[in-house]
Amino acid sequence: MTDLAPAATETVAPAIPAPRGSAGSAWLKWLARRIGLAILTLWLCSVLVFFATAALGDPVRAILGKDYASSPERAAALAAALHLDQPVIVRYFAWLGGLLTGNLGTSIANGLPVGELVGPRIVNSAVLVLSAAIVMIPLAFGIAMISAHYRGDRPDDVIQVVMITLAGLPEFVVGILLVALFSTTVFHVLPAVTIAGGGAPPWSNPASMILPVATLVIAVTPYVSRIVRSSLLEVLDSDYVELARLKGVPERVVMRKHALLNAIVPGIQVIALQLAWLAGGVVIVEYLFFYPGIGALLVDSVRNSDFPMVQVLAMVIAAVYVGVNLIADILSILFTPRARTAISS
Amino acid sequence: MSVVSLANLRRIGSQPRLATGLVITLLIALVAIFGPLFAPYGENEIVGRPYTREGSWLGTDYLGHDVWSRVLYGGLAILIIAVLATALGMALGIIIGVVAAYWGGWLDEAIMRLNDVALAFPQILLVLLVLTAVDQPAWWMIVLLVGASHAPRVARLARGVALGLVSRDYVAAAEALGESRLRVILAEVLPNMSAPLLAEAGLRLTYSIGLVAGIGFLGFATNPSAADWGVMIYENRLALLVQPWAMLAPVIIIGVFTIGTNLMADGIARLTGRGD
Repeated sequence: MTDLAPAATETVAPAIPAPRGSAGSAWLKWLARRIGLAILTLWLCSVLVFFATAALGDPVRAILGKDYASSPERAAALAAALHLDQPVIVRYFAWLGGLLTGNLGTSIANGLPVGELVGPRIVNSAVLVLSAAIVMIPLAFGIAMISAHYRGDRPDDVIQVVMITLAGLPEFVVGILLVALFSTTVFHVLPAVTIAGGGAPPWSNPASMILPVATLVIAVTPYVSRIVRSSLLEVLDSDYVELARLKGVPERVVMRKHALLNAIVPGIQVIALQLAWLAGGVVIVEYLFFYPGIGALLVDSVRNSDFPMVQVLAMVIAAVYVGVNLIADILSILFTPRARTAISS
Repeated sequence: MSVVSLANLRRIGSQPRLATGLVITLLIALVAIFGPLFAPYGENEIVGRPYTREGSWLGTDYLGHDVWSRVLYGGLAILIIAVLATALGMALGIIIGVVAAYWGGWLDEAIMRLNDVALAFPQILLVLLVLTAVDQPAWWMIVLLVGASHAPRVARLARGVALGLVSRDYVAAAEALGESRLRVILAEVLPNMSAPLLAEAGLRLTYSIGLVAGIGFLGFATNPSAADWGVMIYENRLALLVQPWAMLAPVIIIGVFTIGTNLMADGIARLTGRGD
């Protein structure tokens, strides 16, 4: 269940106004503009995160739950501790200042500094997402190449039906079915949960990583392979591929040298979007497998109404999205000679 | 374009994926709507000891309720919330996208910049952010949150489709006749957007079902005692070793439902020539 974003390349196109000057300075100008845009987006994200969590509901009531009505003095103390007497704008800028200077606040749930709690979780989630990406990228390109090679024939049809079916499934459905199949109900070959004893990182037991990674791979592969397939088909229909074929270049070489290389740029964009999506997709997958990453921490923090924690985690996920898109745009420009020339001419 | 005209019924028949998707979606929707009438036991009736094979064919859940009866009761809330959230998200997204495309200029730039901000948050995160400050979510909150999280994604598509239309001659002709902007949008632009938007609505419905069920799976129940496919998974998550059906039954029915709606969305996209 991910987002297919055909408009991804849109961000590249309007950013190429072909400014005057030497090639190097034009390139720097484009880069500065693009980074400025990313910073602006992040700032607006911080506004949204803060007001969605702090201004819409009643934090004190959410934190105290049933105790809210019975102990008004605790409610008053908590309101004072959260500086709720100050106007919301003042609280926002105090929070933003803390965020920028590395003072992330303290967790309401256990009184520990948010920064210390979040750090190792980010590493764990990054390992999970990157492992999924390392498996997913060659798999998706391979499936797309087979599918494009047999376009309209039986293998292509079968692949497409399987991919459409998988694309519709929510991650938790995939994950739970995998658990039932491989760890509990049918076979007992893989661990169903990630339990790392004594604070050891989850990948110290690689077998326990298999099912979470597989779930993420199954969630994302259909989208990537679909985009790559259609860009492959576009290239295979082009004149220069026809010429290569007429010259007698074998179909395998056409696919590898001509089609695949040209499908890389749209591939980068869709992979970036999916990687960014994975940063959010881990929420459900980590919760399902008890994987100690930011996603599972986020669910616990939401349940405990642990505002400082939720705000920081949301900013981390948004920053991953903005950062990954920034890198993808830069890579796309570097890999597209036409766009490079447009910038520097 | 109305999908349910006779000529279109034949076209639907010629698209096996669309036909399959429609049949599956309708079947599950019927189970969700009329299921309670056929349930052998009550929604909260204790029929035996927890996690045993007592009760009807799927056994009992964590409190000793009959799993099959709760499956039959538990679809209606998800169906209603998902459909309403999809409708809300489509409506909001279309308004934002068409306004941005039709007015253009700085308004377009500002709207799409804010849209990018909303896109930086995975949909589940937007929902969780607001649930942080809420003690007990109400069903309409889930509709609003899921709908609002769809809006920026729909808006991006709607803007793209509308941009291709606003420069057409018939829009210019309507403007030259002195039609108001609102009338031009309603009478000239919107009717010509329906094909791609219909496919998008099918896709959004798939995501709505996954999101609404996912929120339940994470344990955020709008009505803790009611049967709900998503919440059932959360309630019975320890059952996989002893009574797997308590968890697998709702998982499978959600999976079949989303496969159906996704096939339907893909079929519509092919029928209207957008998909490959």
